[in-house]
Amino acid sequence: MSFSIKKQGEICVVDVEGQLIVGNRQELKQKVLDELEKGEKKFLIDFSQTGYIDSSGLGVLVSLSKKIREQGGELRLANLNDDLKTLFELTKLDTLFQIADTRERALESF
Amino acid sequence: MTPGGESGNHDRSARDPRTRVALDRLIPSDVREIEPIVEQVTQHCRVLELSARQCAFNVPVALTEALSNAILRGNQGVREKQVRVRAMVSDSSLVLEVADEGEGFDLDACTEDPTRPENIEREDGRGLFLMRSLMDRVERFDDDERNVVRLTIHRS
Repeated sequence: MSFSIKKQGEICVVDVEGQLIVGNRQELKQKVLDELEKGEKKFLIDFSQTGYIDSSGLGVLVSLSKKIREQGGELRLANLNDDLKTLFELTKLDTLFQIADTRERALESF
Repeated sequence: MTPGGESGNHDRSARDPRTRVALDRLIPSDVREIEPIVEQVTQHCRVLELSARQCAFNVPVALTEALSNAILRGNQGVREKQVRVRAMVSDSSLVLEVADEGEGFDLDACTEDPTRPENIEREDGRGLFLMRSLMDRVERFDDDERNVVRLTIHRS
């Protein structure tokens, strides 16, 4: 499991490889907060290479979304597979996040 | 899949006599132990021919939640305290038991609805809800001074 952050124009794109769970959620949180502290405002997390997310992973996404909004920024999500979509629907987090089917559509939406 | 699938009082006598123990492990209370155990259990799901979604999603997420609760809440992250993980398989179902050294809790009282507007932006409070949404049955009981959460999923 690993996270990588790349800049595409003004947008920080984060790839989540493997699971986003209690054992690694703090690593993702810290990486994104570091970028936020540097002044980045627009974030996209791409889940195309993600297996599953547990409740603590969802909690980190909620927390990051709040912190980014407080700084006047935006967090968007892309490429949820069917299982992950189910997870967001079950928890109604699909109503909290802007979720795009593809990375390209997400990037265009900012 | 609706939240709050069967839960509550457990019935040990109801266990299928053809059930066999496929995995029985003691792990230290360290969240890094979760992923390897979940991967092992997922292998058993495939042998049992649970559906792809059950193998790749329902079981891993629910078991991760149960282990996380046992390690961080039941055993309070004290590495020396152990978590016992058992997987029992039968022709029709997979039963997982996660036991910690904590005092236990009331399953119904502790399950919150994270979809309520006042909870939606909370960082925590989704673990039990997910377990109960993704498994067919969730039970909690005390066994030999251990707090046990039992998760059951039937072949769909």
